[in-house]
Amino acid sequence: MADRLRPYRVLLGSRIRSQTAYRRSFAMDVLGSMSIGVLEFAEVYVIFANVDVLGELDFAAAALLFAVANIAFSLADLVIGHIDAIPTYLREGTLDAFLLRPLPVLAQLVTSDISLRRLGRTAIGGAVLAVALPLNEIAWSPAKVLLLVTAIVAGAAIFAALFVCAAAIQFWLVEGSEFANSFTYGGSYAAEYPASVFALPVRILFAFVVPAAFVAYLPTLALLDIPGPPGLPSWLGWCGPLMAVAIWAVALLGWRAGLRHYTGAGS
Amino acid sequence: MTTAVPAINRAAGAGRRTREILEGRPLDGPIIDMRDLRRDFTVRSPARRLRRSKRTVHAVDGLTFAMPTGSAIGYIGANGAGKSTTIKMITGILVPSSGAVRTCGLDPIHHRRQLARRIGVVFGQRTQLWWDLPLRESFRTLAAIHRLPEATWLKRRDELVDRLDLGTFVDTPVRQLSLGQRIRGEIAAALLHSPPLLILDEPTIGLDVLSKERLRLFLTEQRDLHGTSLLLTTHDMDDVQRLTERVIVVDHGRMVYDGDLPGLVGRVGAQRMMVLDLVEPSAPLSDVPDAELVGVEAEGLRQRLSFSPEQTTAAAVLAAVGERTEVRDLSIEEPDIEDVVRRLYLSTTPPRDAGT
Ligand SMILES: Nc1ncnc2c1ncn2[C@@H]1O[C@H](COP(=O)(O)OP(=O)(O)O)[C@@H](O)[C@H]1O
Ligand SMILES: [Mg+2]
Repeated sequence: MADRLRPYRVLLGSRIRSQTAYRRSFAMDVLGSMSIGVLEFAEVYVIFANVDVLGELDFAAAALLFAVANIAFSLADLVIGHIDAIPTYLREGTLDAFLLRPLPVLAQLVTSDISLRRLGRTAIGGAVLAVALPLNEIAWSPAKVLLLVTAIVAGAAIFAALFVCAAAIQFWLVEGSEFANSFTYGGSYAAEYPASVFALPVRILFAFVVPAAFVAYLPTLALLDIPGPPGLPSWLGWCGPLMAVAIWAVALLGWRAGLRHYTGAGS
Repeated sequence: MTTAVPAINRAAGAGRRTREILEGRPLDGPIIDMRDLRRDFTVRSPARRLRRSKRTVHAVDGLTFAMPTGSAIGYIGANGAGKSTTIKMITGILVPSSGAVRTCGLDPIHHRRQLARRIGVVFGQRTQLWWDLPLRESFRTLAAIHRLPEATWLKRRDELVDRLDLGTFVDTPVRQLSLGQRIRGEIAAALLHSPPLLILDEPTIGLDVLSKERLRLFLTEQRDLHGTSLLLTTHDMDDVQRLTERVIVVDHGRMVYDGDLPGLVGRVGAQRMMVLDLVEPSAPLSDVPDAELVGVEAEGLRQRLSFSPEQTTAAAVLAAVGERTEVRDLSIEEPDIEDVVRRLYLSTTPPRDAGT
């Protein structure tokens, strides 16, 4: 097993070394990512300065929800977030290079980069979690500890799978003559083509809409023993891992179809 | 395997050197074998908002040939002729629309990962290296990717660094390398796992004369040492002459010539182009013996004469021009691939409209 994973360890190792090589700019990047986390938390704070309770949650519970969602998202973003730059990978021929190596393409893509600067956001999420946990009245038990951990881990897995889905969809979106030309004539189009056109809406959708329900909201309700709103019983908060497995299955199928679309094998 | 012999015998001009390969080496079966290979692309042009026109491009349009193990083929054609698309199908990047191809005896799509261990591929206009890593790190990473044992790859790396003269820049990040240095690095990276088949797509494009020469020497040496098969696309006829014993010319995805270089030259003539810059605008030099006027620019200030070295010499042509007008400067150009393909057509179909 360790031997099978060695290529990926070496790949990731070289990424990490090249990112941390310039310490000062790396530190700036981390600070930048922390400030995004702070800004987002400020929004939550502003909302609860005006209302006391929102969706069964008071400010302390909302902070908990924020922390769980943010840690999960930033971990997924850290490991796999670069995958939404698939148009760039296609344009620059990186994907072709992957196809010429004796490893699965998705595994190469995932290990082709790691955005350590996003640890800044994870750190903010961690800090908010540390403050929010004692503010809430939680009837702690071993099951609740497990729930918190699985909520974060499964949440990260769900976000990661969603990133893969988004990347797969882009195989169909980036088409047309512009794309074909860039294949044949190399870099001349690189500068004109907006990087990751689809990234922003996709990110917003994934960061706020989908997770709000499944990744953090329901586990938070379960943690606090609050009955959920009609149609969303709080025991669903325990179903994160199931959800993650299901979304990953969809993501892998989608990825396979996308790659087959790219090589022209079908669909 | 069965198609190999007919495919080569059919070759126009029946390459002498190609036959020697067939007879001189035990046939392991062809290292590349393709039958009626085709690949279409649908291109949507967003030219007008309302009507998006769809167009099908037959990038590769029914190619059949076999490449014997150990041989070297120059695969040439104009821009957009379908060379890169062919290579992408040979290597498993693209799936053929129809037809079949086997590389190293494998189906490139279904056995992509096994095949990747047996071929080395370089696209001259693309990098497969890591921009931010020095070559030394790239080699280490590639060795891990190919799971090469420490004992073998370190030796191989040292050989490549030595023979390709990478020593002075193996610790420089790739993005800071010159084009010539980068291409040498790419080729070393493609050969680190000692593949029996090396595929180079326009490796010499943009290289200076010295870098080209060094690369040719290296490739010749590697083929002598390791018997590496070589498929090479290029725009440089010298590459073809120095590195390959068989030439395949494609045009619009179809094979228009398969044979040796002397055979190709026999068909199209080894024309050279003399570009003359004259002191003052002169009448068209259409009456120079053994030379054909092919272009007049700037009201006769620059004129192009094409001649065949078998019939005359550059000196004789220049002397004849000197009798007519005064020459300020001149250069002599090799025929380019576009010109060769055009002449191939002229040699097969009688010219109907002059001046094309
Ligand atoms: N991914 C693609 N999508 C659409 N058309 C393509 C694509 N790749 C190549 N083509 C078209 O196929 C033809 C052959 O291209 P290519 O194989 O790159 O030619 P060459 O390498 O001989 O210059 C060209 O007309 C090119 O525009
Ligand atoms: Mg090409």
